[in-house]
Amino acid sequence: MPLFILRRILQSFNVLFVMSLLVFAGVYAIGNPLDLLVDPNATADDTARAAASLGLDQPLWVQYGRFLGNALQGDLGNSFIHGVPALGLIVERLPATLELAVVAMLIAVLLGIPLGLWAGLKPDSWSGRAIMAGSILGFSLPTFWVGLMLIMVFAVQLGWLPASGRGPTVDVLGVSISLLTADGWRHLLLPAANLALFKLSLIIRLTRSGTREALLQDYVKFARAKGLSNARVVGVHVLKNILIPIVTVVGLEFGSLIAFSVVTESIFAWPGMGKLLLDSITQLDRPVVVAYLLLVVTLYVVINLAVDLLYAALDPRVRLAGARA
Amino acid sequence: MNAQREPTLVVGRLTTRFAGLGGAVTAVDEVSFNVAPGEVLGLVGESGSGKSMTGFSILGLVDPPGEITGGSIRLKGRELRGLPAREWRALRGDRIAMIFQDPMMTLNPVLRIDTQMIETVRAHRRVSRDAAREMARDALARVGIPSPDERLRAYPHQLSGGMRQRVAIAIALLNAPDLIIADEPTTALDVTIQAQILFEMQTLCRESGTALIWITHDLAVVAGLADRVCVMYAGRIVEQGSTAQVLETPAHPYTRGLLDSTPAANVQPDKAGRPQPLRQIPGMAPSLKELPAGCAFRPRCTRASTLCEQTPPEVELARGHVARCFHPLSAAEGLKS
Ligand SMILES: Nc1ncnc2c1ncn2[C@@H]1O[C@H](COP(=O)(O)OP(=O)(O)OP(=O)(O)O)[C@@H](O)[C@H]1O
Ligand code: SF4
Ligand SMILES: [Mg+2]
Repeated sequence: MPLFILRRILQSFNVLFVMSLLVFAGVYAIGNPLDLLVDPNATADDTARAAASLGLDQPLWVQYGRFLGNALQGDLGNSFIHGVPALGLIVERLPATLELAVVAMLIAVLLGIPLGLWAGLKPDSWSGRAIMAGSILGFSLPTFWVGLMLIMVFAVQLGWLPASGRGPTVDVLGVSISLLTADGWRHLLLPAANLALFKLSLIIRLTRSGTREALLQDYVKFARAKGLSNARVVGVHVLKNILIPIVTVVGLEFGSLIAFSVVTESIFAWPGMGKLLLDSITQLDRPVVVAYLLLVVTLYVVINLAVDLLYAALDPRVRLAGARA
Repeated sequence: MNAQREPTLVVGRLTTRFAGLGGAVTAVDEVSFNVAPGEVLGLVGESGSGKSMTGFSILGLVDPPGEITGGSIRLKGRELRGLPAREWRALRGDRIAMIFQDPMMTLNPVLRIDTQMIETVRAHRRVSRDAAREMARDALARVGIPSPDERLRAYPHQLSGGMRQRVAIAIALLNAPDLIIADEPTTALDVTIQAQILFEMQTLCRESGTALIWITHDLAVVAGLADRVCVMYAGRIVEQGSTAQVLETPAHPYTRGLLDSTPAANVQPDKAGRPQPLRQIPGMAPSLKELPAGCAFRPRCTRASTLCEQTPPEVELARGHVARCFHPLSAAEGLKS
């Protein structure tokens, strides 16, 4: 097992290295930040000085080498616009985005698994069909449109929930969290629901098809032949089997929730990383964009690793294979 | 054996149908038989003849669109048909246990053996986990599993196929049921282990007075194991009697055909010393959707007459030996060549 973990961590570093190359090269291709940063009336000399001070006069590979060297020391460069470390700027916004993503995922899981189970157990009932119809909508409606509708209905027409922004935050060990106040939750609810919708639909479908498949298995029939209650057959025998793929998908999708939050954050003016990213792209603030992408990739990699470990913990067959490897 | 004793199970004209889109299918058609305590009944037939469905019907585990539409199932004098779902559940795994064909698929892959055994005990009696675990360990020991304590902590994939089937058998034995339905439990295993398990099951049931229904398509297995035999064809029992009666003097043309196509019947070389070729029953097992009127075996039967377009009656050829046929083979004809 420790060997398995070590190997996965090494793999993760490889992925990060390759990603840093791609991200750097990709971002370099977007416009010339000097056009925005330097007064259009400035002399060529001024422009060159600005370029030199930002390191933009060097060849690409030198810039990358310097960037990588600094990155390894945790320095992803200063924001061109704000003049402060880009990483700090991102990390400052991280709690808001994570908070949004975690609550969205919780909504998706806590609603999705029971609804999916129900739809899988009663595929022909009207309730089962209704759940599936709902999940098709959740899949096909665009996030930004649903977000606007949510605002229209719950914020504008009913006036129940605020339309934008983040509620009051409380510092917990230096991390600002808005989950500890009622008003914080009121602000969080709409964007989290918006972000959750797609994943909710995904989990419903996954749970439903897993349930239907599991119900056909001999072990379920055998469990029933043993005289177990329906609750135990479904809650233990079926659920424990379908949880394996669900956990995997939930884990992997968590990364994409963070990425998707760009849209939701801008609709609801949620002060997270996504919004910062959009601003930085329009301002050609390369270091911030690079820092964002690398942070998201790192999160992806870490989540992947966690999912693998969790998967091994859930599935005894993998556990054994992992130990042997 | 024990024909005088009150039978454990009396099945009378049991009928199970599937209402499908392409018309209804009768998977179990007016099936009747008895099993006495300690008796082994062999249920034989080709694939799709309704053997498993008969077993599931007795357990009350027919999934929709299937449904028991007629007949009676009496366990120790108590009628099971029409029993509320929870009472039938209380009988399953306690008074009636079932063992399935494929040991690789029967046990839940993500639950430990002990979990799967303890839950079986605790679904039926109020005992502590420790007491249930004791019972589980004893049951594993009884079916010949070495170091049962260790096996209890294993996951199914850590055990061989034979070992898993023993675990399934141990689970069936846990609550000392009155009846065990074994649905081809040894077909997936290799021959030596198959023989061991057959022998052990037989001994265990004889000792405890458990009635055993052994489902198989292998007449050789039945010959060595069963007291009585029922032969099923297209959902019906076409012949039943003592093992000796059915295997030595088969009266139904289908039984005769089955015997001829069993390798065991051909083991004896003919007079010239050559092994006899395997004779196959001509034709295919019928689809239940398009059964011919009258006798379902008609298209494959060499003795068929126009009479066979009617539903054949049950003919008693000897005490306890019944065939459903218009032109049963006489004892002389039925004798093995
Ligand atoms: N869900 C279903 N819908 C329609 N018909 C079904 C269904 N399940 C079973 N049947 C019918 O019941 C018949 C009997 O099936 P059963 O499983 O009892 O056969 P079997 O004798 O056990 O065969 P095998 O040796 O292959 O296990 C089948 O021929 C099939 O037509
Ligand atoms: S009833 Fe007729 S067709 Fe059917 S088995 Fe007997 S002889 Fe053959
Ligand atoms: Mg079967």
